[in-house]
Amino acid sequence: MQRVAAEVAVVATKRIFALTLALWATQAAAVILPEERSDLMYHRYDGGGVTVDGPSVLVRKNFKETVSVSGNYYVDNVSSASIDVITSGASEYTEERTEYSLAATYLYGKSLVSGGYTNSDESDYEANTYYFSVSQDFFGDLTNLTFGYSLGQDTVRQNGNAEFEEDIDRNNFRLGLSQILTPRLIAGLDYELITDEGYLNNPYRSYRHLSDPLDPGAGYQFAQEVYPATRTSDALALRLKYALPWRASTGGSYRYFTDDWGISAHTAQVSYTHVLYDDWTVDLKYRYYQQSEADFYSDLFLFPSQDEKDYRARDKELSDFSNHTVSLYLSYQRSFNYRFVDKAAVTFQWDRIFFDYDNFTDLTQSSDIPGQEPLYDFEADVIKLVFTLWY
Amino acid sequence: MSTINFRRFVLLVTATSLLSACGVEPWVKPYERQHLADPIMQFDRDPIAGGYTHHVYQAREGARGAEGGGGGGCGCN
Repeated sequence: MQRVAAEVAVVATKRIFALTLALWATQAAAVILPEERSDLMYHRYDGGGVTVDGPSVLVRKNFKETVSVSGNYYVDNVSSASIDVITSGASEYTEERTEYSLAATYLYGKSLVSGGYTNSDESDYEANTYYFSVSQDFFGDLTNLTFGYSLGQDTVRQNGNAEFEEDIDRNNFRLGLSQILTPRLIAGLDYELITDEGYLNNPYRSYRHLSDPLDPGAGYQFAQEVYPATRTSDALALRLKYALPWRASTGGSYRYFTDDWGISAHTAQVSYTHVLYDDWTVDLKYRYYQQSEADFYSDLFLFPSQDEKDYRARDKELSDFSNHTVSLYLSYQRSFNYRFVDKAAVTFQWDRIFFDYDNFTDLTQSSDIPGQEPLYDFEADVIKLVFTLWY
Repeated sequence: MSTINFRRFVLLVTATSLLSACGVEPWVKPYERQHLADPIMQFDRDPIAGGYTHHVYQAREGARGAEGGGGGGCGCN
């Protein structure tokens, strides 16, 4: 009798759990305001002679179930002795980037209207971004469509050269489609068009060219990079997430990227998420990225630029390269009622990224003939430690 | 694929998806969505950490955009 009573209790509990989730699902599928939560994060990137770390704080508060306001404070403390810095002959430098964001979201029927502003400031670069987006549910809340636009206005400066100041204007157009396909499968399709216009160079970086194109043994020289003043890019991404029969999910995504500088890129990711003992969540991820080089990229040019339209770049981010990322995320979350707090979580995330360049040589390794230096590669570790409170 | 052809492809896929939805009844009822409501089904569970991860890649890769999620740009250079 006790066993039957226990089974009935378990079934009843499962039904209540399912009903609660179903009610939540009804809300989750519909446009709703973001959760009221605050996050405190410590982040650290370490790789290729570059260390970037700092804090980030995100606070979100909702009002009258129709308005949500959030603020974010973020800091990057950069210490760089990257291969670009070393080969240019400069010494290791440190700098700080500070970013502030303010955003608001308004819920109106089945629509969410959002707007925001971000300011990013460092000693030689300032970025101001204004953004706006509208999100709407359709089709019994199985489909959600989002349109977003952002305008970026950047100012580029050069430390040690007070005369130098240039501008960049950026326009981002985003279109997002989210679709519930089955009771266990959801898909997302995102498209983004970005246009940049202005000074797109890095004022510190140089390309290299042979001192004498007829005599490679004569060595090479450096000259300041010459970039186009515009760039337009398109990216299309498909994401899938599937709920497994046990308390776990698996996901996959693919993104295709192309731009008018001649770069095309493929990004693929697979993930597995598993809940252990109700409170622990483990994520395992693998990401692969590959891109082709820009039309005006070369590790070693034969001769210097002839005029301002004769573009030259030796930025490894514009070269032909690939990288792999393996990730392990671990999160512990507990519900409790203490004053205004409903639940709390601590999350640790670790990513290891392996970069392999196919046409960017390591100039710290000497060679008798320019261009014969070994190819560059490096590994980076990314760590995030996040404390979250929901209220 | 040229940039203009790529945009035509995106427009075609979007328009086809929206038109195909017309006249079809929603096939997943609200009471069938308990699995989808689980937080582990979100594409980006931790917005602050996810945003930082996108930032790490944007600063070190040529590709950009369509990472999902809202928000504005960043001074990534």
